[in-house]
Amino acid sequence: MKILVCVSHVPDTTSKINFIDNGTKFDTNGVQFIIGPYDDYALARAIEIKEANAGTTVTVLNVGLADTEPTIRKALAIGADDALRVNAEPTDSFFVANQIAEHAKGYDLVLMGRESIDYNGGVVHAMVGELLGIPSISPVMKLDLDGTTAKMSREIEGGKESVEASLPLVAGCQEPIAEWKIPNMRGIMSARTKPLKVVEPKATDVSVNVQKFELPAPKGAVKMISADNVAELVTRLKTEAKVL
Amino acid sequence: MATLVFVETSEGKVRKTSLEAVAYAHQMGAGVTAIVLGTASSSELESLGKYGAQKVLHAADSKLDHPVIQVFASVITKAMQDENADVLVLANSSLATPVGAKVAVKINASFASNVVELPSAGFVVKRSIYTGKAFSLVELKNQKKVIAIKKNAAEAKEVGGSAQVVAYPVSLNEADFNTKITGTEKATGDILLPEAEIVVSGGRGLKGPEHWGILEELAKALHAATGCSKPVSDMHWRPHHEHVGQTGVKVAPQLYIAVGISGAIQHLAGVNSSKCIVVINKDPEAPFFKAADYGIVGDAFDVLPKLTEAVKTMK
Ligand SMILES: Cc1cc2nc3c(=O)[nH]c(=O)nc-3n(C[C@H](O)[C@H](O)[C@H](O)COP(=O)(O)OP(=O)(O)OC[C@H]3O[C@@H](n4cnc5c(N)ncnc54)[C@H](O)[C@@H]3O)c2cc1C
Repeated sequence: MKILVCVSHVPDTTSKINFIDNGTKFDTNGVQFIIGPYDDYALARAIEIKEANAGTTVTVLNVGLADTEPTIRKALAIGADDALRVNAEPTDSFFVANQIAEHAKGYDLVLMGRESIDYNGGVVHAMVGELLGIPSISPVMKLDLDGTTAKMSREIEGGKESVEASLPLVAGCQEPIAEWKIPNMRGIMSARTKPLKVVEPKATDVSVNVQKFELPAPKGAVKMISADNVAELVTRLKTEAKVL
Repeated sequence: MATLVFVETSEGKVRKTSLEAVAYAHQMGAGVTAIVLGTASSSELESLGKYGAQKVLHAADSKLDHPVIQVFASVITKAMQDENADVLVLANSSLATPVGAKVAVKINASFASNVVELPSAGFVVKRSIYTGKAFSLVELKNQKKVIAIKKNAAEAKEVGGSAQVVAYPVSLNEADFNTKITGTEKATGDILLPEAEIVVSGGRGLKGPEHWGILEELAKALHAATGCSKPVSDMHWRPHHEHVGQTGVKVAPQLYIAVGISGAIQHLAGVNSSKCIVVINKDPEAPFFKAADYGIVGDAFDVLPKLTEAVKTMK
């Protein structure tokens, strides 16, 4: 079986978000980049499937510029066999989906996170499925294979849905599909020599144009209320904040 | 030119987030046609007129009662053509967002999700990005557009119109039934976390699942949903679907009450769209206080029962 795992290269979840050049560019100063946390779940599940099924290979794919390579190497260190980088800035969901679809043919499972934590579009999996004409399911919390059928559990508003589909398919993953894996020393050493191929992007019409970034208005100071006077909180929520 | 709105129902009732989508489309100014798929009562369909829909297409085929994303995408794509609509509006959800994305690919539309405001001139929409830590202003360049709006992007206000309900017959394509829904499991609790107006969340500070009773008491008094921090669901003190934050549910209630949660940035990312945040923590240095509107420094086991009492007395 062949598994493709698409990973995003995103600011660490603890990063302070700032923009430069008049709000047109993300400020990478002091920012650590990581594998998107949801993609990390997808990768972990792919490695589990590989470990349980001899002959399975896991390829990671990233749409990004050369600065994403340490993130790709980390995915290789976690256990992927080889990697592909599409040399382009991932600016828009459709652009990224179109690049992935170009390389995803022939894979039985295309796994990725439910969304990237930078642009939070949450639709690349659906678009890849549409472009390839295969099922796409997200957010997947459980994925088990039974021959060529995948049995999944998907989170929906107010509950869960059990879904089945035949391979090949695309799944957008989230916890608790698997537990994040931490690369070990051997993995890190072997990742250095695993193949990482770089290809140029497929020409794609850009249908959206990001004009500017903004930060939310700063929050006012917190109003502290004494633990001996809890009733005052209720009064203030009612009359001052007007939320009760 | 018309705007089509995909309206979702849950147990026969129109979802509140879909009412917001109808209101949003109405405020955009064009004629609004809503489309509802699957069984729904005529009173629910007609009620969409009050929020600004002029016409409601009802595809009543019972095969649409179990929402298969691919099937819904095909039906809505056809409706876009039949209605000659340039814009599709829907609410971000586990069903509507992927449906919208597929429609966008099929009709070559510009797509944006997590939209938080009405479009400005030149069809520029404001999107929430970096999990609520920033916004981007995005121009949708193609003639056709699909926008998925975030909760609270528009207020579901009654504007007092009436809608003409039209049966919308569909011919379904077998090949679209490429995923099979084999069951649905409803989460416990009456109030759904993603849609709740008030959320009461507990963290590791509550020390164990056996102590959730005092939190649930408060939630009950407030008609609130309950949530939790990630370690709490990781340790199985609470079900996974209650986990709020960067890697969990993003909530945007009127009121979020956090009890015994330190306020890690990953947790804040899931709650920063809340209108008002109350933090109860025994550590005055807890980072959550910086993100709060109201704070109480105190022991949860002491403060929670008092707060529940005060809420009950107020009512
Ligand atoms: C990639 C990544 C993603 C993550 N995503 C999420 C996410 O989506 N959501 C999330 O929540 N976390 C997430 N986390 C984890 C996050 O970093 C924190 O570890 C977590 O939020 C802490 O949970 P907590 O506040 O319940 O526990 P703690 O940090 O242990 O805090 C417990 C708090 O309770 C207080 N307390 C203790 N006893 C009492 C008492 N008797 N009365 C009142 N207060 C008391 C303490 O003062 C403390 O502030 C993520 C982490 C990573 C690395």
